[in-house]
Amino acid sequence: MRSSSPLLRVQGLGKRYGENAVVADLAFEIAAGECLGVIGPNGAGKTTTIRMCLGQVGPDTGTIEAFGLPIPARVREAKKRIGVVTQFDSLDPDFTCAKNLRVYGRYFGVPRATIAERVPRLLEFAALASKADARPGELSGGMRRRLSLARALVNDPDLLLLDEPTTGLDPQARHLMWERLKQLLQQGKSILLTTHFMDEAERLCDRLLVLDHGRKIAEGTPRGLIAAHLESDVVEVYGEGTRAAMQSHGALAERVETSGETVFFYLREPLPLLRELARQPGVRYLHRPANLEDLFLKLTGRQIRDDA
Amino acid sequence: MLIPIRAAPRPSLRFWPVVQRNLLVWRKLAIPSIVGNIAEPLITLVAFGYGLGSLIGDVQGLPYIQFLASGSIAVSCVLAATFEALYSAYSRMQVQKTWDSIMNAPIALDDIVFAEMLWAAMKSLFSVAAIMLVLVALGISRAPTLIVALPVLGFVGITFASIALVFNALAQGYDFFTYYFTLVITPMTFLSGVYFPIEQMPDWLQAVAAALPLTAAVELVRPLVIGEWPADVARPMATLAAYAVGGYYVALVLTRRRFYR
Repeated sequence: MRSSSPLLRVQGLGKRYGENAVVADLAFEIAAGECLGVIGPNGAGKTTTIRMCLGQVGPDTGTIEAFGLPIPARVREAKKRIGVVTQFDSLDPDFTCAKNLRVYGRYFGVPRATIAERVPRLLEFAALASKADARPGELSGGMRRRLSLARALVNDPDLLLLDEPTTGLDPQARHLMWERLKQLLQQGKSILLTTHFMDEAERLCDRLLVLDHGRKIAEGTPRGLIAAHLESDVVEVYGEGTRAAMQSHGALAERVETSGETVFFYLREPLPLLRELARQPGVRYLHRPANLEDLFLKLTGRQIRDDA
Repeated sequence: MLIPIRAAPRPSLRFWPVVQRNLLVWRKLAIPSIVGNIAEPLITLVAFGYGLGSLIGDVQGLPYIQFLASGSIAVSCVLAATFEALYSAYSRMQVQKTWDSIMNAPIALDDIVFAEMLWAAMKSLFSVAAIMLVLVALGISRAPTLIVALPVLGFVGITFASIALVFNALAQGYDFFTYYFTLVITPMTFLSGVYFPIEQMPDWLQAVAAALPLTAAVELVRPLVIGEWPADVARPMATLAAYAVGGYYVALVLTRRRFYR
């Protein structure tokens, strides 16, 4: 199901709760086969945006179209082609894994025979074939998230809306989830993904949307955003003497930031600074390329949010 | 725009998979659930019906056990529907987030509220049917009109499920439901002519009782259980219908407000 028109098109979207603008003048599109990442601090409006796309929250301004259908007016038709993984598990604790999928398929009106044929394949896909008769309460966190993903696929959707699908998972479980999401992208599915993990965003997403206070503050490919907003290299200096290091070497970097006992030197020519640091015994430091996390912190600041 | 909060219910057939889901869960626990539903009223009947009944003699021309059984079957119906539409619906709505997951499928909140109301009424019917079997087995009633009492009690279940969903929509925790039971349901059972005739009460309380939905339920169900036809059908049916329609609409509006903030 490929076409040139976007699967999801959001224009001028806005939502206020009282005085607080949760989403403001937001616009984005998702093309067929594309993975769009939405990153932003807690309270940036990520979940509210997803809920508006699902017709569960009414926007104050703007328009949403999914598959060319206006949302929320024709959300019921649109939802037949959308799969959702919410931030918090909502699996049915009374049903086995297999039954969770079967019952969920009925909500979409998927014919019984089709469900019966899909469920084993979906359990296989979620690496849960051996857990078909287990209940969600008996599963690990990673297994539950994969079951949630399998459940979101029961209607064979073209578009997946995934709200922090790997939050709270250990690295093994997270990597397995990434593998599966890449497989889905290869099958041609489109994904909207919110995440707090910058390595996740970098690995999976073709394009990123950075939100803060409900507004889009940057958009582009992961590499393109880093190149546009950041110096190429970062040197982190830790522990005692960081303040002295900042004062004596600050001129060698384009930008210097501190966070607690760590100093971050952002620069394009790292060698002079590295030479200086190597001369000082006992100074611990790390040299690495700039990454999305640096970008994220530069754009949204280092301070902790009230609701974080 | 989203559906306006105060709009009339938007019915669709999409509610049915939600009823099926609840039925599937219940089926696994059906036997203990039915046993519990029979045991409680059975104990009441034996203790009060036979025990107290032997002291009281006839009430309104009926042996007390028949008077009590024909009234308390309506109470069982009310309790079953209310319990399901409060505690169980709240678990699905708030604790398990079942409603949220269903709304990610092409099923609207209106469908879910309708399904929960209907399901609570269905569940009250399962209890009532089991209790009727006990009444027949014990010989307390073998009237053919029992069959007619069944759909009437289904309607009573719809009424009380609708009212209970109002409190479900307002709840911030399970504790809230204790108030509903102790301040609304329990007093109502004492005022509605279940355990003693309404005529025993002072006039002003009789006036209050006349407006209660359980009074209407007892007026309809008692004669049917003992093998007679209700003297008046229109007025008690209208009372139940008013509570059902009003309760359902308020429950729907409050639930929409809860979800579509």
